[in-house]
Amino acid sequence: MTKITYITHDNKNHTIDVQNGLSVMEGAVQNDIPGIDADCGGGMACATCHVYIKDEWFDKIPAKEDGEEDMLDMAFEPKKNSRLSCQIIVSDELDGLTVNIPSKQG
Amino acid sequence: MNKIDALIIGAGPTGLFTAHQLKLIGLTCEIVDNLDKIGGQCIELYPDKPIYDIPAVPECTGEELTNNLINQLKPFDIKFHLSERVDEVKKENENWVVKTNNGKIFLTPNVIIAGGVGSFEPRKFPVKECEKFENKSVFYSVKDKKIFEGKTVAIFGGGDSALDWAVELSKNSKVNLIHRREDFRGAQATVDKVHELAKDGKINLFTKYQMTSIKGEAQLESIDIKNEDNEIKNIKTDYALGFFGLIMQLGPIANWGLNIDKKTIEVDTEKFETNQKGIYAVGDICNYPGKLKLILSGFHEGALAARACFKLAKPNEKYRFEFTTSSKIIKDRLGVKGD
Repeated sequence: MTKITYITHDNKNHTIDVQNGLSVMEGAVQNDIPGIDADCGGGMACATCHVYIKDEWFDKIPAKEDGEEDMLDMAFEPKKNSRLSCQIIVSDELDGLTVNIPSKQG
Repeated sequence: MNKIDALIIGAGPTGLFTAHQLKLIGLTCEIVDNLDKIGGQCIELYPDKPIYDIPAVPECTGEELTNNLINQLKPFDIKFHLSERVDEVKKENENWVVKTNNGKIFLTPNVIIAGGVGSFEPRKFPVKECEKFENKSVFYSVKDKKIFEGKTVAIFGGGDSALDWAVELSKNSKVNLIHRREDFRGAQATVDKVHELAKDGKINLFTKYQMTSIKGEAQLESIDIKNEDNEIKNIKTDYALGFFGLIMQLGPIANWGLNIDKKTIEVDTEKFETNQKGIYAVGDICNYPGKLKLILSGFHEGALAARACFKLAKPNEKYRFEFTTSSKIIKDRLGVKGD
């Protein structure tokens, strides 16, 4: 189990134990964290699981693969530290990862 | 008013195969979809991406899958109502009266919702004030390009729609193309063309910029765009066009009195019927214990929902299970010769 903190747009912290191997998106959806819609179910096809990664974590998580940046073009208010949470797989190295959820997903 | 045995909402793979199942067992059906083309998410989200888990199809793209399903429907004359969104579903005696946003009305005992995650709608500018100008000077698609002649247009986006319109409108308008990064994801030939036009001063290119505000009272006057270093530029413009693809919205389905949880509709696993008699949900939009959001699950769900439709469509007839390999009646429906 790895602790992931989701900060929703109302500034509430939700720290969840997420099983290694799940995506950060799945951790949110399974625990009813509001604001991560994940319409396409993790297929990198919709950009509704968009999150902002805390700066200190951004370089620690595996880099984007082809296609993720293209999808981020579609995301609501993308920034430099934007990622699709379905593409971040939870592992021991990510213990303490904090992500901010945008005010909306579309 | 169209009187049919079943109406399918959604022309994705599940809706298409459900239509096939309905026609095989001798029911009439029509399909409504909000998109302007057949195929649903397969055609809108991943037409070129290979899929590897369709039974007996080792590999096919979303577009190929769609085309194969359309081919499979060829023996049947199925009416598609594209670019139509179902807005209203109301009970009238034994039937459902279904109305679309364009005023089409269907009368049917069976409504099968194969709506994926809802209907596709254009993604809009994050800046809320854009709503005020929507369909007047802020657009998410182009219906009549003549209105832009001689005007200044700000185009946002980095995909084919944004680039194609930037190229096209640059012939008769002053075009500012704004995109959040330097890379464009449109076709390379179009990207090259845009850069060429930018070099010739036909298109003003602003990369790494996004809209932060929109200005004007009755009429759009200018927009502010900001880059990653927080530098703000003000651009005078008559029109703003946003091409950020489509997003799925559950939309009017939420108002039909169905049990909805997390944007999915609860169904039983015998008929895939919702809490409303004669309304079924199949494919990604339905939810039951063990639900898998796979295309193959949608096929199974559609096959069972179609059988359930038979009872309400032909209450005085008994449904008889038959195989396509041996049934003469089915072969007649398919227009193939029996042995």
